[in-house]
Amino acid sequence: MSPALLDFVEFSLAGLCVGALYALTGIGFVVVYKATRIINFAIGEFMMIGAYFFFGLAAQASLPNWAAIILALIAAGTVGGFLERFIFRRLIGESAISVFMVTIGLASIMVGLVEIAWTADPRSLPTFLPDRPFFVPLGSAEAFLASKNGWSFIIVAAIMAAFITVFRFWRGGIALRATAADQQAAYSVGINVPGVFSFAWILGAITAAAAGILVGSISGISSAMGAIGLSLIVVVIVGGLDSLAGALVGGLMIGWLESMASLYIGGEYKQVATFVILLLVLVVKPYGLFGTHDIERL
Amino acid sequence: MRIGSAKQTYAADEAIFKTDVQRLWFGLLALALILFPFVSSDYWQLLACLIAVNVIAATGVMILTGFTGLVSLGHAAFMGVGAYTAAYLSNHLALPFWLSIPAGGFAAAAVGAVFGIPSLRVKGLYLALTTIAASFILQSIFFNWTAVTGGARGLTIEPASMFGHLLVTPGAIYWIAMPIAALSVWWARNLLRTRVGRAFIAIRDRDVSAELLGIDLLRYKLMSFALASFYAGMAGAVWVYLFRVITPESFRLIESIFFVAAIIVGGLGSVRGAIFGAVFMTLVPELLKIGASDLAPYWPDAVKLLSPVRTIVFGALIVGFLMFEPLGLNEIWLRIRQRFALWPFRT
Amino acid sequence: MIEEADARVDAPILQVEAISLAFGGLNALRNVSLDVVPGCITALVGPNGAGKTSLFNAISGFYRPQSGRVFFEGRDITRLSAPPRAKIGLARTFQNIALFRGLTVLDNIKLGRHAHLRTSLVEALFYYGRPQREEIELRAEIEQRIIDFLEIDHIRHAPVGALPYGLQKRVELARALAMKPRLLMLDEPVAGMNREETEDMARFILDVRDEWGVTILIVEHDMRLVMDISDHVIVLNFGEVIARGVPAEVQKNEEVAKAYLGSGEIGSQVRQSVTEMAAS
Repeated sequence: MSPALLDFVEFSLAGLCVGALYALTGIGFVVVYKATRIINFAIGEFMMIGAYFFFGLAAQASLPNWAAIILALIAAGTVGGFLERFIFRRLIGESAISVFMVTIGLASIMVGLVEIAWTADPRSLPTFLPDRPFFVPLGSAEAFLASKNGWSFIIVAAIMAAFITVFRFWRGGIALRATAADQQAAYSVGINVPGVFSFAWILGAITAAAAGILVGSISGISSAMGAIGLSLIVVVIVGGLDSLAGALVGGLMIGWLESMASLYIGGEYKQVATFVILLLVLVVKPYGLFGTHDIERL
Repeated sequence: MRIGSAKQTYAADEAIFKTDVQRLWFGLLALALILFPFVSSDYWQLLACLIAVNVIAATGVMILTGFTGLVSLGHAAFMGVGAYTAAYLSNHLALPFWLSIPAGGFAAAAVGAVFGIPSLRVKGLYLALTTIAASFILQSIFFNWTAVTGGARGLTIEPASMFGHLLVTPGAIYWIAMPIAALSVWWARNLLRTRVGRAFIAIRDRDVSAELLGIDLLRYKLMSFALASFYAGMAGAVWVYLFRVITPESFRLIESIFFVAAIIVGGLGSVRGAIFGAVFMTLVPELLKIGASDLAPYWPDAVKLLSPVRTIVFGALIVGFLMFEPLGLNEIWLRIRQRFALWPFRT
Repeated sequence: MIEEADARVDAPILQVEAISLAFGGLNALRNVSLDVVPGCITALVGPNGAGKTSLFNAISGFYRPQSGRVFFEGRDITRLSAPPRAKIGLARTFQNIALFRGLTVLDNIKLGRHAHLRTSLVEALFYYGRPQREEIELRAEIEQRIIDFLEIDHIRHAPVGALPYGLQKRVELARALAMKPRLLMLDEPVAGMNREETEDMARFILDVRDEWGVTILIVEHDMRLVMDISDHVIVLNFGEVIARGVPAEVQKNEEVAKAYLGSGEIGSQVRQSVTEMAAS
């Protein structure tokens, strides 16, 4: 096994693990988009507040990790539901651009609040994942995979499996799909559409917070960690805004590509590389790889 | 209501200022702008220059986003292109400012037009996201093309000079920045009186029917991108002469968001809105700073909280205006003007 | 590749030659051919979903038919995109009003002239000399020829969004007239109008033909209007032409009556009109 190939495999594995986190958050994003047609630019900041809630509860209030995680997810979900109820629901009918700008404004507000509560300094989260690294057998050699990466991949996979089950079989999941397909029709068959909106936002906030806690446990937290949201925007655009499968594939793909970019052309080009890909995908497929679009009418 | 107007010609009805009262007010405003540097301190002159730069750039964003309906979150990067171009031409070719500023505009226009190409296929928010991509790609060039941009350390330039005088102080740059801002606003206002401005608005309101009425979409979208970027480039070039040092950090995504926020707060779809927004959004952080330093003796934490509070206020202004005053400061202005239209005969 | 028309007086101004248009598996138009005689009013009728608006869109260049050709004044325009088609005189109005809400009535009408104006971007920025003259001349012409003619002088500075429906339709007509039309295509010009408004519109349409010398192609559901003002009628059903001729001939055509009554989802107005047709 040549060292170059080993590098490739190790970076690929790490990239796919980051990609899984992108995919998880991306799915939360797509759920919100499908239900409400809102592009949530503050997605990275939702991750940030989830991570900071966990930090506050576990490191500062000294709760056990499992309790801190659950409470942090509940708190994040509450924030999501609150914003939906008192901000986004009032903006129904406004142009997509306006609502998009509102999410940008909210991102800014969240960053400011976190800086007031916890300052802008970077912090590290209490460890809650086992720290024995994974070794993937690869011919004569073994590829190294950091424990946190590997475990977050496993956790994400479990959450996604739960997600898919819920969406297939639970009534609420079906209501959500119905609302996404046709809001008017969903209303007329008695689906509680505002309820679906709330549910989507709560779910989106919780998944973002879960991903935020995992990201924070891998690379620490700071008030600037919301910048990861930009990679997520690329993920969902490349995958197609309204496609859950697109978020999954897009997440893994962008995670892997970023890792490849930092291996072969240097870490500082990582973000640029993803944006170049974004441009290419949009020019070739303006609605992403899996997104749907309507025939234009007059 | 005013009583009927007695305009004799169509030219009079197409004029920007339709009554003598409006012309009088405009004259007073112009006079105030001319007298301003003689009665103000360095600090306020610097702020005035900054406002002028932001008015130029915001007017450009207004043309692109407010009139043509194409959202750009890459405008700060286009501004950067203008800034680096002007700095390079000034340092290496010793070009005078009155050439390097328009040159910065043209360079930015070319780059802006290239990044406008996706606008033919990509619409709405997807387009906004491609302009974010533009922003990051340009930012990366600013960082890495060290020979021209000085990389992360940036570069400095010699002060502009006119008739042998070096224009070092903000008070001197004011005489460059303010006239260009005035020119920018006048151009934008003229644009709206012609077929070009009408075509932009038609594309914003309904691009498919605009096409069937004879408007070449690609041509006009690119034109809008190029013109808006030209404005940004000029703003960037003026900015360079004001601060005389550039780093890539000056042209981040957040600055692009600032301009879109400014036109929203000012009022989308009117030139006046761009001016209001640029003035207001430039002043708010300064007022917060003044407030914090006034509070500092009584409340030592005030200075420490300044940065996060600015961030929150910035976000809250965007959210607040979009929720409660979607037509922005311009609408508030129109309401006030309406109230006083017949003052003092009726209030 | 431009083919010049022979100078025969009654050569059709518009020839549609066997065009077919499909969306996915749905055939919107099948092998549709038609000629529009200059100086006449030709009406295109048919039940909902028959393909009338699709045909309009194909003629004005919004949809690209998969096969067939379109000639305008003898010139093959099949491969021409929409904006140049507008410039050579194919003007239209829209079924769902497509006025620009951010513009006043006057600016909407001025916009119609877009393709014929010459002001460039740089000229526009300075608005001095020729561009200013061009604008003022345009204003004068619109005022005298269009605004007076359509009796909309009282609303010229109004924002279009605030206007009642009937007036919006009239502004659309005004905008199409500003396009220097050779062929004016009206997509349901009286839909949703009351009797009085409909009669006004009918008068305007006839005046456009007689005083402006503009050929008119009209899609309309109001059968009484169609029978009253048109010189030729073409009936579409399921994307195919099923009848054509002068109004009296079409009225008697059995297949036409069947198409209307058999389509199952026709409005009561149409049903009534068909009954009237059958009775007369």
